[in-house]
Amino acid sequence: MTDVNTLNPDLLEKKPAPERPVWRVIREFRSSHLAMFGLFLLLTIVIAAFLAPWITPQNPYDLRSLSIMDSRLAPGEVGFSGLSFWLGTDGQGRDMFSAILYGLRISLTVGLIACTVALLLGLTLGMVAAYFGGRIDTIVMRLVDLHLSFPPILVALILLAVLGRGLENIILALIIVQWATFARMARATALSERNREYVEAAKSLGLSRTRILFGHLLPNCMPPLMVLYTVEIASAIALEATLSFLGVGLPSTQPSLGLLISNGFQFVMSGQYWISVFPGIALLLLIVAINLVGDRLRDVLNPRNIT
Amino acid sequence: MVYIIRRLMQAVFLALVMSFLVFAGIFSVGDPVAILIDPEATQAERVRLVAQLGLDRPFHEQYFIFLGNVLQGDFGNSFVYNRPALELILERMPATLELAFASIVIAVVLGIPLGVYAGLRHGSVGSKTIMAGSILGFSVPNFWQAIMLILIFAVILGWLPVSGRGEVGQFMGIHSSLFTLNGLKHMALPAINLAIGHLALVIRLARSGTREVRAQDYIRFARAKGLSEKRIVMVHLLRNILIPIVTLVGMSFGGLIAFAVVTESIFAWPGMGKLIIDSIHLLDRPVVVAYLIVIVMIFIILNLLVDLLYSLIDPRIRLDEVRQ
Repeated sequence: MTDVNTLNPDLLEKKPAPERPVWRVIREFRSSHLAMFGLFLLLTIVIAAFLAPWITPQNPYDLRSLSIMDSRLAPGEVGFSGLSFWLGTDGQGRDMFSAILYGLRISLTVGLIACTVALLLGLTLGMVAAYFGGRIDTIVMRLVDLHLSFPPILVALILLAVLGRGLENIILALIIVQWATFARMARATALSERNREYVEAAKSLGLSRTRILFGHLLPNCMPPLMVLYTVEIASAIALEATLSFLGVGLPSTQPSLGLLISNGFQFVMSGQYWISVFPGIALLLLIVAINLVGDRLRDVLNPRNIT
Repeated sequence: MVYIIRRLMQAVFLALVMSFLVFAGIFSVGDPVAILIDPEATQAERVRLVAQLGLDRPFHEQYFIFLGNVLQGDFGNSFVYNRPALELILERMPATLELAFASIVIAVVLGIPLGVYAGLRHGSVGSKTIMAGSILGFSVPNFWQAIMLILIFAVILGWLPVSGRGEVGQFMGIHSSLFTLNGLKHMALPAINLAIGHLALVIRLARSGTREVRAQDYIRFARAKGLSEKRIVMVHLLRNILIPIVTLVGMSFGGLIAFAVVTESIFAWPGMGKLIIDSIHLLDRPVVVAYLIVIVMIFIILNLLVDLLYSLIDPRIRLDEVRQ
């Protein structure tokens, strides 16, 4: 058996295969130092948060490991038990570093779950509205417009005033706040994709509506939605923190960053800043990191920038 | 006209739906009696209080009584203050409105010059600093900003007071903290806190507007005419970037009232926002329901006004009515 290539030299000089879109996106993403820094920061925070039980010096919610003698120590002080608290301690002698990592875990989980469900819900409704048009479109878009004319914090506040605080309730409130944003974006994208050739081609092949919708239209609508998803996670986390700070979000058994900041607020007046300031910095870093990544993704995934 | 009437009917319908949802939700959670009553009260006293508040009746009856009263402008008495809920809210509305007004002034007065500067000197260090600051303004959660402001200006520097409204002065029949020095001092931090998000937005709009307008022919023509740079910026440029900014300011007024909830509860500013948060914590049903209905009405009216203003400012934007 002889190799085909040895017989046909033309094939050897073939152009290299076109770069796959995924690689192009990764390559372009990597060219921005700021975005890489954001990604690095984000990964560090996420990994640290999810490894919290193994890397924190103390389990902040195990009452046996807390000592009231250690309460409100300034950053860097060494506690009664010989443990040094680099970020200080709160009113109950809890190590702030440990509390922040545990808090990040809760904030991230809430943000991720809420945004993912909101994305799926908004995506489905938006695409259905765009693809079928007519009455369904009108109803969905009326709802979306109505929804978006109220500021998110107000909608969430109304819902939580009614539902009461709790983990499920805040996730539900965040989903209700965010689905409309995703639905609008999904509809707009799907509308512009609907008339493209590949959809016509799929139609002329006699594929079923569901298959065209989910097999062909959906993958092509994803890039702008992924950008929105990233940025919305940041705003979900910020909104959850705000609501928890106001005392209508998570219960005190789920100490997210917002609750930590809220607990520290009473001590700010007496100059014991660290209980509020450090969780706030953690929150800020998380949000900035997500936004840096999201901004770069927006530039890289924008079809107008593809050469 | 048909359009306005239809919008108004939608608004009424929406308010009805909201009132029902809110009432039903509030009805199903929490027991206000447990909070209101003295723990040592006898069973008889308890029963009397329940009957007095009408809490012993079935749900639909309570709702219809409530709805009938609302239509007469009676939202019920606050369980906590024992005064009409609507009165409590209206009493606190001026404080919230003056805070929102002050922060819009701050956002516009600081935002436009900073944005125009960043647009004119694009790429300079000053411009980059301004834009970085505006990104930070977006990212930092409002409530944490407030804590930082308190920490820096009240605790460390000791310049400004942190809670309450201060002295309220009177000018042309209007009571406001804007008219006394003490009141202004009390207002400074909350107003800045509420303004920062919008300031960042105004800066962005002014900057992108400036960059766009600067390249237009009429600016070049003005320059060719030999007009001073100052006049070009102040007259020709500013006028053309103002429209989107004015729209933004109008549209964001509602958002400011909503976000005042956060600012007011941190700075103990005696406005509507603080009242609602306190009432949620105290399970003061009538006040919560009344606040929600009032705020929904404010929003419906604001949205209607913005839609109408839009078509006035820009005749190319047609209302539904014309299109159909």
